[in-house]
Amino acid sequence: MPKVIVEVMPKEVLLDPAGKATARALQRFGDGEITDVRIGKRFEITIDGEVTPKLLEHINEVAKDVLSNDVIEDVISIRVAD
Amino acid sequence: MRVGVITFPGSLDDRDALRAIKLAGGDPVALWHGDPDLHGVDAIVLPGGFSYGDYLRCGAIAAHSPIMSEVVDAANKGMPILGICNGFQTLVEAHLLAGGLIRNDHGTFIRRDQKLRVENIDTVWTSGYTQGQEITIPLKNGEGGFIADDETLKQLEGDGLVAFRYLEVNPNGSLNDIAGIRNARGNVVGLMPHPEHAVEPGFGPDTPAAMSSGTDGLAMFQSVLAATVLS
Repeated sequence: MPKVIVEVMPKEVLLDPAGKATARALQRFGDGEITDVRIGKRFEITIDGEVTPKLLEHINEVAKDVLSNDVIEDVISIRVAD
Repeated sequence: MRVGVITFPGSLDDRDALRAIKLAGGDPVALWHGDPDLHGVDAIVLPGGFSYGDYLRCGAIAAHSPIMSEVVDAANKGMPILGICNGFQTLVEAHLLAGGLIRNDHGTFIRRDQKLRVENIDTVWTSGYTQGQEITIPLKNGEGGFIADDETLKQLEGDGLVAFRYLEVNPNGSLNDIAGIRNARGNVVGLMPHPEHAVEPGFGPDTPAAMSSGTDGLAMFQSVLAATVLS
């Protein structure tokens, strides 16, 4: 069955404490190349049937209204998985 | 007066809220998130906790639960709605209140007796306080950082929609020390700290007078009872 991938990230301007803590941990490895980490979400939505433009429009809506909160997050991408 | 408290899967402070309503002199009514209607209540409290495990975002799934469409309708008709902690997060996710709540800036859960200033008493939930009154009620959250874009923040401040502000300590990185806000109409109020945990001597925050004697939260529940009697 086809899958639609939705990716959501916290807004750039907002503090991402989880990402910051992870970045600090990663900086203990390596030679200081890693300067920042931001943590977002990836939703894999399984579809029964064909992914039509109408269905993508519907997913676009729920991505905006439910999967993300536009006060604190941005929907980065919506695509059909290969 | 019948005040409903909605229990979602993962609600934590629903029993305390029911008890607070009773101690204030109201008639508490337990509501369930799957209820198709509001059982004729006159006001509603959305309690603290971790509804739906805080999955997706805090309050996000609760905001889309069956009973919430009724709550949104009732709120738009003027019914008093109070959101405490996770209930505040739910009201924000349901777009009944502005802004958003994100993880505390220091990244850890915090629990403390928190001093607040009552910034606006022109709401059905704060009319029992005096303007600028300083109160102390418990605070306990992991994602209580209030944020909003500049324009929204300006509007909240300019229109007097900030209901409560943190005093002395900003416990979670909230912008402008905002602890709670109201809607324009004054019937919907949300705050991160917990008034329902400061309603009974012996079980509240410490005060200079005696240990655990703080009852500064009670006036919030008394406010709504008085408001509804008047209207």
